[in-house]
Amino acid sequence: MYENGIQPPKGVWWKPAHRAEKVWIAIAFAWCMILFAMMPIWHLRGGQNVSGIRHKVDPADFRERTNEFIEAYQVDEDRGMAIVEPPPGSDIYLLGMMWQWRPILRLQEGAEYILHLSSVDVNHGFNLHPFNINFQVVPGYDYGLRITPTEAGEFRIVCNEFCGVGHHMMVGRVEVVSAEESRWSGTDPGGPEAEPTDQAGGDR
Amino acid sequence: MSASDSQGVAASLFRTCPSTGLEVHGPAERLIRAHAVVATVMLLVGGIAALLVLLTRWQVIHLLDAAWFYRILTVHGMNMLIFFIIFFEMAVLIFAGPLLLNCRMPAIKTAWGGFVLMVGGMLLVQWAMWTGNADVLFTSYVPLQAHSHFYLGVILFAVGTLVTVGIFFATLVVAKREKTYEGSVPLVTFGALTAAIIAVITLLHGAAIYIPTWLWSMGFMEVDAQVYRMVWWGLGHSSQQINVAAMVAIWYLLATLTVGGVVLNQKVSRIAFVLYILFISMASAHHLLVDPGFGSAWKVWNTSYFMYMAVLASMIHGFTVPAGVEMGMRLRGFTQGFFGWLKRAPWGDPGFSSLVLSVVVFGFVGGITGVTFGTEQINIIAHNTLRIPGHFHATVVSGTAMAFMGVTWYVIPLIFRKRIAFYPLVKIQPYLFAFGMLIFSLAMTFAGTFGAPRRLWDMTYSGAPFDVQYSPAMDIIIAVMAIGGLMGIAGGGIYIVSTVWSVFFGKPLPAGEEAKYADSIPAGLVKRPWTEVPETDEDPEAPGRFGAVPGTVVLVAIFFVAFIVYYFANWALLSFTWQVG
Repeated sequence: MYENGIQPPKGVWWKPAHRAEKVWIAIAFAWCMILFAMMPIWHLRGGQNVSGIRHKVDPADFRERTNEFIEAYQVDEDRGMAIVEPPPGSDIYLLGMMWQWRPILRLQEGAEYILHLSSVDVNHGFNLHPFNINFQVVPGYDYGLRITPTEAGEFRIVCNEFCGVGHHMMVGRVEVVSAEESRWSGTDPGGPEAEPTDQAGGDR
Repeated sequence: MSASDSQGVAASLFRTCPSTGLEVHGPAERLIRAHAVVATVMLLVGGIAALLVLLTRWQVIHLLDAAWFYRILTVHGMNMLIFFIIFFEMAVLIFAGPLLLNCRMPAIKTAWGGFVLMVGGMLLVQWAMWTGNADVLFTSYVPLQAHSHFYLGVILFAVGTLVTVGIFFATLVVAKREKTYEGSVPLVTFGALTAAIIAVITLLHGAAIYIPTWLWSMGFMEVDAQVYRMVWWGLGHSSQQINVAAMVAIWYLLATLTVGGVVLNQKVSRIAFVLYILFISMASAHHLLVDPGFGSAWKVWNTSYFMYMAVLASMIHGFTVPAGVEMGMRLRGFTQGFFGWLKRAPWGDPGFSSLVLSVVVFGFVGGITGVTFGTEQINIIAHNTLRIPGHFHATVVSGTAMAFMGVTWYVIPLIFRKRIAFYPLVKIQPYLFAFGMLIFSLAMTFAGTFGAPRRLWDMTYSGAPFDVQYSPAMDIIIAVMAIGGLMGIAGGGIYIVSTVWSVFFGKPLPAGEEAKYADSIPAGLVKRPWTEVPETDEDPEAPGRFGAVPGTVVLVAIFFVAFIVYYFANWALLSFTWQVG
């Protein structure tokens, strides 16, 4: 009635399955459909998605946009690194390179930004510490993510894609300040027209 | 199932008919030996690398400097995930072809040519890695660049592999034409065929990426970083799906050899294998979910393997393998209660314990975490953290490697005709290895949940402009990871010492005298439960109202609950982070 795994089955082996087997397959199939449905559902209902605004970009152009962004909104510096406080709702730029993240970002709690990530050399990994938000940073590609910091504090950007022998030194910084502390307090937080952004901000 | 067919299979495995048996299987056996020996050497090199990597990531010891850490991590990845596993799989194909089908092996010289190519390519890659010419890690993401010989070595290795896979296909044709078996191919051979077909798909991806990258490394063309990641993972992830298919085939084989497990339903198990072929290669997307190059529709469709049809396949095997064991045991009279068959199972047989541990750790840890992290949005809180190696050490190491180790204890007496050296140690080897890797994987998964990155030399970030503080629990988690890893390495060490000693210095095992040496070979080889399946018209009586295999029904129910809990807990975890999209 049964063969084992190393015996060639003879004749017709296309036989009805046991009931328990059929039931398990039906349950597993239904579960697979739930697994599948969860992803589109989260697109509609969830606050964390990966869609973004995605473009190819020349690494030199991206570096140029980042520089313009820094020039427009720099408020301070920390050991030679620019601290940039862009208006809520604007396009903000974070450039990965061996082995640093440029610039240091000062963001406003509860405001939405479009965070553009790219690299000028090799692959890098964006890990927002300690929230454990991770994105791949690929040279030649601009990943624009709508991002809303939900609490004030000091955060780190840790590179988590191997990028050479200095990989472990590639740590960046994000400060999130409350609306009152923000340089832009009084302006409409989160409004896309809060402040005219510079040329580089115009994402196509 | 009549006695004569089982005699045929038994003859091919045991050479009860030495004159014809030797004549037919000699060349195939020599090839199996060559592949198995090289696989073991690769495992040794990869295992030493594992120890060095582990002792560096454990910050208390922090053994290697940064350059050597990444170099040895490259060595670990290439030797384990490519060389050890694929050499072993080629041995499995030659076993599942000529030996199980009892036929001659065609094109033996070509097969040796394939083997030589594989070894040559492997040596070229080793040269590049050890001389510091390929500090690019296993994935070698462009534009990180290695010496062109690194890529050339991989290409040669892949061509050699394709040759052996081609000969496996030819073997199936020979066996069919020469009518060495009646009916359809055995399920284990069918599973190996699945692995072989996936291997072809994988190797074509490999050619599609390594040939351009080789040309790029010599300055002849450009390779886009994102396109590289997509096509490379067509190789990188799919090659792990060869492992899954080969491992499941070995699950069925071990179930048969150790306790006389049966195939509950040929149709169901074979359809599940076909689902692997159809959909499993889409898993490249698992690595690209938070990449900028692809839209959400593409990500959702591909990461789910066409609506999770390959996951369905694994869930089916996760039922049918234990169900086959349960039914095999019940047919032999172990009918007491729900779990009498498990209680009376040969837990001291390293083949059986390896089978059970492989199924359980692969399913509960590897499978559940894999599906969860492979969910488009949940990947945001998993990508490139230690959760990822936590997942794949549960699948590839305590799943695939565990199953391969388990079957080795049968291969040594059957193919090499040797008793097993240090057998008392070998009996505990599966437990040490699987529990060690289980602890290791769980600790890695936890560490990754707190954001610890994978592939990082220094978690104190010395020399970085800003400090990075982890939860105080992190040191403990990493220490637990190190202890689990050391246990796993000890288990791997026992495997290597015993297999090498058995094969080269082991005591011979005269055919037909298995019973005399019951203290140094697995119990299944003495009892030979695979030679005959008890004939019945009706399934044996089973308690409860869950049908013929109630114990398995309970086990998969527990698995299903764990799956649901872990999956939705991760959605909850995701919902607490910043809004992003």
